[in-house]
Formats: sequence, structure tokens, C-alpha cells
Amino acid sequence: MNIAQKTTKFLTIAVIALFTTVNFALNSNENNQGKEDGGQVNTKTEISAYIKHHLADSHDFSLFSYTSSEGERKHFGFPLPVIVWTSKGLVTFMSSAFHHNDDGHVIVEKGGLKFAKIHSKIYELDGNATNVAFDETHHATNAHKVLDFSITKSVVGILFAGLLIFLGFSKLARQYKARSIPKGLGRLLEPLVIYVRDEIARPNIGEKKYKKFMSFLLTVFFFIWILNLLGLTPLGFNVTGQIAVTACLAIITMVIYITNGSKDFWAHTLWMPGVPVILRPILAVIELVGFIVIKPFSLLVRLFANITAGHFVVMSLIALMVTMKEAFGPVASTGMSLVLSLFISVIEILVAFLQAFIFTMLSSLFIGMAVEEHEHH
Amino acid sequence: MVIPNLVGAGLIVIGGGIGLGQIGGKAMESIARQPEAAGKIQTAMIIIGALLEGLAFGALILGA
Repeated sequence: MNIAQKTTKFLTIAVIALFTTVNFALNSNENNQGKEDGGQVNTKTEISAYIKHHLADSHDFSLFSYTSSEGERKHFGFPLPVIVWTSKGLVTFMSSAFHHNDDGHVIVEKGGLKFAKIHSKIYELDGNATNVAFDETHHATNAHKVLDFSITKSVVGILFAGLLIFLGFSKLARQYKARSIPKGLGRLLEPLVIYVRDEIARPNIGEKKYKKFMSFLLTVFFFIWILNLLGLTPLGFNVTGQIAVTACLAIITMVIYITNGSKDFWAHTLWMPGVPVILRPILAVIELVGFIVIKPFSLLVRLFANITAGHFVVMSLIALMVTMKEAFGPVASTGMSLVLSLFISVIEILVAFLQAFIFTMLSSLFIGMAVEEHEHH
Repeated sequence: MVIPNLVGAGLIVIGGGIGLGQIGGKAMESIARQPEAAGKIQTAMIIIGALLEGLAFGALILGA
């Protein structure tokens, strides 16, 4: 009886979801005749531009946008602070000053300087220039980039994930004072902590030394996992799909295993025992390049490419309901898009966990390689 | 003659596919032979798969 009720509930939700999306697909053609800024994404170039826009970082947090019946573009979301280091020092203003313009036509004056936003990058105009001039390859000729410390959408995502991790785990930690078995959210988190310890850290780093690295491994595991999951929500975060974020994580891992390298590790890296002397410098170069460049590079590229590819596929499948409408009609294209994107989204939940696991696993493997001490007979 | 980037990307994907198939198939075989070692084989399989994936993605990104 209970199960039957749940199934009915699920089916009702599914049907409602299907009908609302069909509505979207039906509406998408109406408003777009003869308007340059249609608001609704219709053509293939618009879709790829939209996907690119989602994959990149942005200076404002926009949840969705649409064109009202008066033909005015409405944005739903909130602005984020822009913090830039310019030729005259630190300048801050809110990103709403740009009015969602992204091609350099809106000039913001602040602190005696003029700024323009071109493709999500903040430019400072040179000298007395009043608007941005472009050359034929669409590069700004009279403006230059500034050092950007803005709280962008990705930074908001990182702070939000940090807050979630802090709240969840401080609650878990406090529970151990009162009881030996946690309850509520802690019951979900404790097995994961144990899993990282027993399946990832212990076998790869070794019984003697794993404790020192547990804090890093747990942090990186939950950080990546929660950010991957946040990327699957409609909030539209794509933090672990930013190459800068994954590069920083990989560099932190590299610094940890380089600074914790044991005597044996350096001996084996720089002057490999047991091979002919003439080969040793060659091996040293290969090993050093491997540890300093290749291993961090593979870590950062794997996470970045997996998450980017996942977002790309999900968004392309959602876009199917627009691109396939001509061929199959609104209901069939929407149904296809819904089923396929649901399928890929479920796989993405697995990938979100798997990538966090792989990153932690390989980090602990590299750390284990570096801290290992050989027994000399 | 210039070979387009997409052909290179396709070749990378073919290579990665062959590699992943080998890893998966061999892991299946060994799990069937020694079901009690399934956990260890799985972990090793995932690590090798991830390394291969990193290589393939690296080549894809450098190429495309």
C-alpha cells in the first residue's frame, strides 16, 4: 500500500514535469520572430553560446532570464561584488553596474577609471577612451585586463560548499561528545569518513603514516564531492569544471607529496640505485618530470574534463527539446530530452562520487609513493 | 595535407576505448576466477581506468 502510494506520487510528479517542459517547448518559437535579443534560446548557435556561457565562470549569479511581453530582457538572480586591482589600486563595485552586458558596450566609471566587461573578463580602459574599440579579430585595442579578485559565481560555490562542510562536520564532531553513534546527517557522513580512511588512505599510504594526511584527504574528498553534486542542481554551479579550481587542488596535492617525500623517495627519484650509472641522470629527469608535471596535470585534467563533459552532455540533451522539435514535434522531442537527460543525470550522480573518489585515491597513492620507506636488507 | 583536429580526437577516443575495454574485460575475467579478490581487483581497475582517462582527456584537450 505504502509503496503503491509512493509510486503514484512519483508518477504524478513525472507527469507534471513532462507537461511543464512541453509547455516550454511549445512557447519557444512564439516570441522570437524578428528580434535580435530573443531571450529564448532557439537556434543551434544560440544553444552552443548558452552552453559555453554556463561552462565559464561569471560575475553575476543569474538563475534564469527571459524576455517579457514588452520585449524587455528580464534577469532573475543577484549581482556579486567585483573586486579588481587596477593601475590605481583596489576598486570594488557590484556587477549589476554592467546590466548583464557582456560585450563591452556598458562602461562603468569607478574611482576615476572606466571598466568594461567583455566575455566575462573585466577590462580597464586606457587613458581618455570613452568606449571600447575592437580590431578585426575582436580584441580590445584600447583596454587591458586587470587582476580580478572578484567574488564570482564559482567563488560563491566554493564558499557555499565550505559552509556546508563546516556545518555538517562540526555537528558530527559535537555528537561524539554525547554519544558513540551519531544520528541524523552524521549517520550519512560517518561511513564516508570511515570509507576514506579504510579504503583509500590506509592501503595506499600505509598503516604508520596515514593519520597525518587524513585531514587533507577528507577535505579534498568532500570538497570535490559536494561541489560536483552542487553542479547537478539547477543553481548552475560549475566549480569543479573550472580548470583553475582543479589546478589549485592538484598543486596542493603536489606540494604535499613533494614536501613529505622520504629520504628513500628522493634517493630513488634522483639517483636510482640498481641501474647502470649512465642511465641514472636520464631516469632522474623522467621521474622528476613525472612527479612535478605529469601527475598533477593528469589529476587536474581528469576532474576538469569529466565534469565539463558531464555538464556539456546534460545541457545538450536538454537542448534536444528545442533542436529536435522541427523533426519530431514538441511532445516527442520533450519526452526524448527528458528521458535522456534524466538517464545522464543519474549517471552524473555516480560520476560525481567517482571523480571525488579517484582524486582522493590518486592523491593518496602519490603521497604513499613519496612517504614510503624501504627496508634495506 | 592537414589532418583536422577532430580526426585526432576520434583516434584518441578509439585508443581510450580499446584500453578501457581491455582493463574492464581482464578485470571481469580475474573476478570470475577469484571472486574473493573482487574488491582489490575493482580498486586496481578503477585506478588504471582513471590513469588512462587522464591520458585520453589530456590528449583531447591539447588536441581540440
